[in-house]
Amino acid sequence: MSASEEGPFTHPAEPERQLAGEDIAPGDERLDGSGVAQGTRGYIIGFILALGLTVASFYFARSTLVWQPSIPALLIVLAIAQMGVHLVFFLHITTGPDNTNNVLALAFGVLIVFLIIAGSLWIMANLNAHMPSMSQVMDMQR
Amino acid sequence: MTATHLDLGQVDRNLVGHGHGHGHDAPGRGEGGPAPHRIVVGYGFWIFLLSDIVMFSCFFAAYAVLHRATAGGPAPEQLFDLTTVELETACLLASSFSCGLATLAAYAHYPIKFYSAMSVTFVLGLAFLVLEGREFAHLVSMGDGPQRSAFLSAFFSLVGCHGCHVTAGLLWLLTMMAQVFAKGFRKDIMHRMMCFSLFWHALDIIWVALFTVVYLLGVIS
Repeated sequence: MSASEEGPFTHPAEPERQLAGEDIAPGDERLDGSGVAQGTRGYIIGFILALGLTVASFYFARSTLVWQPSIPALLIVLAIAQMGVHLVFFLHITTGPDNTNNVLALAFGVLIVFLIIAGSLWIMANLNAHMPSMSQVMDMQR
Repeated sequence: MTATHLDLGQVDRNLVGHGHGHGHDAPGRGEGGPAPHRIVVGYGFWIFLLSDIVMFSCFFAAYAVLHRATAGGPAPEQLFDLTTVELETACLLASSFSCGLATLAAYAHYPIKFYSAMSVTFVLGLAFLVLEGREFAHLVSMGDGPQRSAFLSAFFSLVGCHGCHVTAGLLWLLTMMAQVFAKGFRKDIMHRMMCFSLFWHALDIIWVALFTVVYLLGVIS
């Protein structure tokens, strides 16, 4: 909405239309009309952040500097951070006021993903715990 | 009379379902009329991508449940070579970056930058596929194919599903280049380009989850 006060900016793909106060499609380029240079800068920042997080992941997976039992949690945190970097800098999913629909859809997707993965692990671990061991099965067959 | 006209106008807008926000004149809500085509296309494709991610989460759940079910065969820490995975990750991340640059070039109508950035994206994506194909061929030649154990079945279906997506993405990339070549930077072609870049970036997000869960967590355990 604030763009309307600053001037009639246009979308690079559809220059005949003004962008003031519009929704944002996922993957949309920046809305402040400052052109390719600004967009390139966003991708470079995102690329450097993602690269740093990737290098950190591979480094800590091999290093012996960190307390070993903490490494899985560390790797998962780094992966989630990198997904966030990709979402913001590459897919342009942000929390801006015009991006509500995209963020809500993402939140629902994350909920379903969490339910599927955590639910499967929980149920299968429970089944495993209640499964009779091989020797017990042999006893039953006798 | 004027007031009545205004009221009728508002009733009409409500009847055709242009939202019910108050004090909004932005498109897609309130008095602003329907959202433009670009927003609808992008949002619809975003919903598709999220459903694709939900499908991948099922493969991830299967892998997480089965990764200890090696049936006497090799375990994750004996199989994976992190150097290959590093190269694959670098290829995919760099191709995501060049895909972003190609999108910018397309919006700005720079044909040469567009074609060269798309070509770089294609080559990097192809390099990723070649590396993955070599890894798969090596595993199969060692007798550790998908039929060896439940762990390897889950591994091949998860990583192979991502590889299939990358293959489809490469075909789509060539289609986009051909369409821009034949039809120019038309508005509807730019909508497709936006969807393609979303698809490619989403594949990179899935790869981040994949190399962390399958390879890094597999190797350290």
